Parts: sequence; C-alpha cells; structure tokens
Amino acid sequence: MKNRLAEVFKQATASGRKTLVPFITAGYPDAATTGALLTELERIGVRVCELGVPFSDPIADGPVIQASYTDALASGFKTGQAFEIARRYRNRGGRMALVMMVSYSLVFKQGPGKFLARAAGAGFDGLIVPDLPLEEAGRFEAMAARAGLANVMLIAPTSPLARRIRIAGHSRGFIYYMSVAGITGERVSLPKTTIRAVAELRRKIRLPVCLGFGISSPRTVRLACSAADGAIVGSAIVRRIADCVQSGASGKKLVASVGRFVGGLLKAAKSSR
Amino acid sequence: MSKKTVLRKSAAKVFANSGGAAESVKAGRRAGYFGPYGGRFVPETLVSALDELERHYKAAMKDKSFRAELDNCYRNIAGRPSELYFARRLTEALGGAKIYLKREDMNHTGAHKINNTLGQALLTLRMGKKRVIAETGAGQHGVATATAAAVFGLQCDVYMGTEDIRRQSLNVFRMQLLGAKVVPVSSGQKTLKDALNEAMRDWMGSVGHTHYIIGSVAGPHPFPTMVREFQSCIGREARRQMLAAEGRLPDLIVACVGGGSNSAGIFAPMIRDRSVAMLGVEAGGRGPGIGDHASTLCKGKPGVLHGSLSYVLQDADGNTAPVHSVSAGLDYPGVGPEHSYWKDTGRVKYVSCSDDRAIDAVMTLARTEGIIPALESAHAVAEAVRLAPKMKKNRIILICLSGRGDKDCNEIASILEKRKKK
Repeated sequence: MKNRLAEVFKQATASGRKTLVPFITAGYPDAATTGALLTELERIGVRVCELGVPFSDPIADGPVIQASYTDALASGFKTGQAFEIARRYRNRGGRMALVMMVSYSLVFKQGPGKFLARAAGAGFDGLIVPDLPLEEAGRFEAMAARAGLANVMLIAPTSPLARRIRIAGHSRGFIYYMSVAGITGERVSLPKTTIRAVAELRRKIRLPVCLGFGISSPRTVRLACSAADGAIVGSAIVRRIADCVQSGASGKKLVASVGRFVGGLLKAAKSSR
Repeated sequence: MSKKTVLRKSAAKVFANSGGAAESVKAGRRAGYFGPYGGRFVPETLVSALDELERHYKAAMKDKSFRAELDNCYRNIAGRPSELYFARRLTEALGGAKIYLKREDMNHTGAHKINNTLGQALLTLRMGKKRVIAETGAGQHGVATATAAAVFGLQCDVYMGTEDIRRQSLNVFRMQLLGAKVVPVSSGQKTLKDALNEAMRDWMGSVGHTHYIIGSVAGPHPFPTMVREFQSCIGREARRQMLAAEGRLPDLIVACVGGGSNSAGIFAPMIRDRSVAMLGVEAGGRGPGIGDHASTLCKGKPGVLHGSLSYVLQDADGNTAPVHSVSAGLDYPGVGPEHSYWKDTGRVKYVSCSDDRAIDAVMTLARTEGIIPALESAHAVAEAVRLAPKMKKNRIILICLSGRGDKDCNEIASILEKRKKK
C-alpha cells in the first residue's frame, strides 16, 4: 500500500494547495473523544493529522500540550491506546494520513522494531520523534522505512544551513520546520528570518516543508503557508479542547468547537498560495 | 569472562532494545557514549548549542590559562583542597577497617556542587554568555549556581518544583539573597525532574545568550563528561592525600549516587587503580515498591530520560516513575550514563540504603566525629558503617562526605520526633 502521507503531499504539490496539519493529543480528554475528533477533522477536509502520544516528561512541548499529556496519563492512558485509536479510525474507513508525535523514551522502552511494527499495523503513516536528532536517528530511520513509515525530522532555527540540508536529506514525508527556537505554543506572528529561511530551504530541496511552533490563528497559518508547503497547529487546538473540558462541555460540543476552529484554519490554508 | 566480553554482552543487551543509538554505540567510539550509554536525545533546537558547548569545553580544557583560573577558583572561592580526615572515633567504635572522610562538606556553600558550578560559570564567561539557568531539587545546586553567578556577575534563574520550594524554603531564600531568581515549576510532579524539563525548555528559547548549568553527570553530551571532569578534583585530591597519609590507596571508596556527580568525581580519578573497590549507594527510601525509592541502578532498566540513555526508573510504557527519598538530592529517577556503564562492566558495585539507615548514620557520625552529614552523604556513611566491622583493621575505607547536614536539620528533627511517638 502507498504511504498516505506521501500521497497527500504529492497531490497538494501538484495542485498548488497548502496543507494544514492539526495536532491533537491521543486520549485527551479520553480515547473516544480523540476518535470522534479524528472523524470530524476528516469530515471538514483535513488530510494530515498529527497524534501526540502522552509522555511524562515532554521537553519539546509547551505548557498546553504538556498539561494535556499529564491529564491523559493521570486518567490512566497507556501508549497502547494510541495504536488502538488509530486502528479503530482505520476500521471506520478513516483516510487521513496519521503522523504520530512520540518521545524516543517511549519508543526505546518497547524497542524501536516492535514499536514501529505496531504503529504501522495500527494504520499510522509516519512518526515525529522530537528527541531523536540526526546523530541518534541512524538505524531508526532505516527501520521506519522498512516498516513503511515516514520518519519526519525537525529543523530548528538554530540548525546551521548545511545541517538543515542534511536533515532534509534524511527526512521522509515532509520536513517539520520549527518557526521559533524554544517550545511549542501560541504566538501572534512569525519571525521574518524564519519565513526567509524556509523559502531558501525550499529552493534547495524537493521534500515539502511544514512550519510548526507558534502557529495559532488563520493569520499565522496564512503567514506560514506563504513560505512553506503547510502549517502545523498544536497548542491552539489543544487549548480549545482544554477549555471545553474545563467548562464541562459535552463530547459533542467539544468536537464541534474544535471542528469550527480548525475549519477556520483550513480556510486560511486553502486561501494561501 | 574477560572485560571485553562483559562489555560486549552489556552492549548487546542494550542494543537488543535500541534503534538509533545502536549504530554509533556498537562502534563504542563515539564521543558522548560510555559503552552503550549516554548520547544526545534532545530536540534539534539544542543540538547546535550542545555542539558549541562541547567545542568551548574541549578548547578550555586544553587551555592552560583556563585550568589555572579554575584551580584558582577552587582554592579561593570553594576553599579547596578539602580535607582528608581520619575518622578515629568512628573507626574505633566499629572495630574494623580504618575510615577516612573526604570532606566536601567543608566547601563553600556546604557541598561538592560548587566544584561544578564554578567550572561551568567560567565556561559561560568564555562563551561570552551573560545568563545562566539551573534546575534544583533540594536547592544545593541552585545555591551553588547562584553563588558562582554572583561571583562572576552573571544573571541567574533557578528552576525549582513548587513541592521542593515548600520543603526547602531556607535554600530558596539563600538563592534570592545571592541575587538569583527562583522560578517555581508546577508541572508534572512539581519536583526535580520537572524543574529539569522546565530549565531545558528555557534553554531552547534562550541558547543564544544563556548557558544551562546542569547539576549532575546526567543530561545530553557533553554534560556527563564535563560535570565529571569538574568534579574530579575530589578524586584527584583524595588520591594524593591518601598516598600522603597512608602510603597507599584505599581498599574501598563509598559514595552516594543520585544523579551521581560526587561519586563520579571521586571514582573517576581512581577508576584505573584496580586495587580500589568502589561502591555507589542509592536511595532505598521506604522500600522496594515503585514510588518508594530512588534506586535507579539497583532497580531500574536502560531507558531514555533528560537527553541520555542510561538506567532509569520507568513504568512499562516508558513514562518516568515517581521516586522517593528522605534526601531530596537523591530523589531522582535517572542516573548519569557513566554509572550505568560502570555498573554493567562491574567496575563499581551499586547498592541501596533505606531512609531509616541514613538517619541512623547521621546520628552515628554526629556523635562519634562531631560532623552532621547531609542526608545524601549519610547514605554512604551508612554503608561504610555496615561494612567496616566485616573488614580487617589494616583495610581502608574512604567515604565521600559530599555535603553538610545543616540544610536537613528540620527534616531530621521531624523524623526523630515521629520515631519517638512510635
């Protein structure tokens, strides 16, 4: 079977469309809601979705996503449920490309071979392992490829240019370009230097580049899409989920609220060229 | 079994479970690895900062003027060399091996932590950075960092869990008095590991002008090597002092292990002296159950935490397990990667000591020698007290007395109060 992630970006590039990649936390507030969210995101037109696996010590994530991880773990979330959520989504006929965001701590514990096999079997198309930089990724990269999974690698504003190109050469599916140094979170605007650096990188490589970190509104999505092939939105979405949880909203309302918000972001991405 | 076979077996065991690290580890040559352990499992944002740090660190260690300046700081600021003290009354009371204490408790700020913070603060100046950050549990590393920052005129922010802030109010005040800002961390378990996460996050956004002074031989390369080197003054001095006092090296060195910096500092310079046995003592806490101890090497398994591959206490999924120790400085679910290597190769033996035995050891040392040890160091004292009577009188035990117990007096008082009621 073809990798959905590669397909989505191939089609998007061919038609000049930009891709919005929303992020949600697996099992937050619970596995059923995560499943309903996936279905809703697909219904409104999302083609690639990132699913974060709760971890106790997520140094690469900001406070909003960390809090969602802490809550999910406190209510008994197990890594196995992330696979289960994907499997059920596929069984319902779900067609979005699914990318798992997971700490290497969790991957190592199960053994990368076993972990990758489970992810592929559950219906994931790729992985982002934010704490596995180029130097440590060697064998993992090959193992992921054998499992039919794209190992999406990250580029930081602090990565020197030569290194950016090297990382791009190893990344599969797309490149996750962090718009700012520091942790994920919502910001009002994006640094001009980042926009320029992404444009420069895109001239040198063929793999699609998605901008993440700090993208939180239709405005920042448009900004990101003006330079990159797509925009990744995490904290802003998880914060809406958290707000719904705190206000005691029903699962239905939560899903609808997130759907409306992501719908607005999708519109912004589509209007970008 | 030859040493090489042991190493290969240990590496194979870890690799069976490893992906990315394995390739480089198998070669066993790559910088930042101790056998299969160590590495750099950090977000890409930090890689260039760690490269820069490694470059500056290596250049500094080759630079005679840097080393001279560091020696000068050790002497004039930390008050080194620390004494090697023959514990005569303790030795007589136990009736076995002769016991010597390496008096790191006599250092400025009361523990070995200052050795590392002075070294890293000097490096910060060398890198042209103006701000340092640190994580702290009990506050000892925080105070040592705040002190070094004050000495060199650096801005200093110390991350500390809100739970620890509550328990260690005196050290919070000391840091503030020294001009540092204490940043409360209320995420996760609100303790040391969460403070480390938060400091790491700060650093990701501030690497341009900020150096992160990690307090132990843990974290991503080059920290485990660098902190061990800055702490190795302990073992170098002790080696020299033992030869001067006894004309020979000790038969056994005992040191406590949390992250493992004081023990690495005293072990490393004598690691090639094969006649010297070494014992690392971990926090046995209240018992062997998960959440009741912090015996990472004795009870944990290889895993990835805080940027390196090492023994770690985790649940079946790989999430960090809760830990407990009466001593806040040992209350950490990870350990430096070099200790994992020493454990697997058998060069150092690791055991654990309960909260109760550590408290007893505080009283023993206080009453026989007039020294109130830190609760951390008391774990090492307790093991020496257990072993000395079983050893011949011509044998020598060297204890790394890593810190003084003033900071623990409230804690000890409340525990003794509870004991009385029982």
